[in-house]
Amino acid sequence: MRRPLGGLTPWLVQRLSAVFMLAFIGFVLANFLVDPPASYEAWRAWMGNPGVSVAALLSFAALLMHAWVGLRDVTLDYVKPLAARVAVLALIATALLGAGAWVFRILWLVRA
Amino acid sequence: MSRRAPARPVFFKLNQIQMPVGALTSIVHRVTGVILAIGIPFCFYAMHLSLDSAQSYERLTRMASNGLFKFALIAFIWALSHHLLAGVRHMLMDIGIGSHLSDARRSAWTVNVGGVAMALMAAGVVL
Repeated sequence: MRRPLGGLTPWLVQRLSAVFMLAFIGFVLANFLVDPPASYEAWRAWMGNPGVSVAALLSFAALLMHAWVGLRDVTLDYVKPLAARVAVLALIATALLGAGAWVFRILWLVRA
Repeated sequence: MSRRAPARPVFFKLNQIQMPVGALTSIVHRVTGVILAIGIPFCFYAMHLSLDSAQSYERLTRMASNGLFKFALIAFIWALSHHLLAGVRHMLMDIGIGSHLSDARRSAWTVNVGGVAMALMAAGVVL
């Protein structure tokens, strides 16, 4: 039987998203150590670089999926009644989707 | 007639429970995960301010000079550091590195202390 809330998929999503974010954090830290953007113009230009903004967008997608799996696990551990579970999970999903739309817009407006 | 499940030992005296160091690493990994998730909208808002215009960028730098902002930032960096280190420890164990008890204890200490050390370094930069 297929279990929508269990199995290998969330386990794998959690690890792949973690590794991707780890690589992006390393990339950003390395850049900031070598050549920190010193002004608004420099920071905006750096973020507007297509390579950087696409990598940032993928990282934020990874972040929101990672947050979904993690918060879902916490919810399933502590919220037992079905109705409350559905309500909490729906709230989390809505918030994460909204956050995703917001950050997409932020990055879209900064494109060079 | 329904039979009750056999009684299991229940012991909730938190001040008397021996928490092995790995248990501390693990529960803090979970708690910091929730903290970081709550921090997402604040991070996105900061990113919006930093990129929207030169004025909003100025506003963010003014906000960042506030003591409460700095404290929250350092706490957030601690949460991120602990969560990240504990996650790396977890994935190393997935591929069989450091899953013996003595190694696991040592890496748990490394994670717990390393997260605080990274927060102190951040405090050195921020303050």
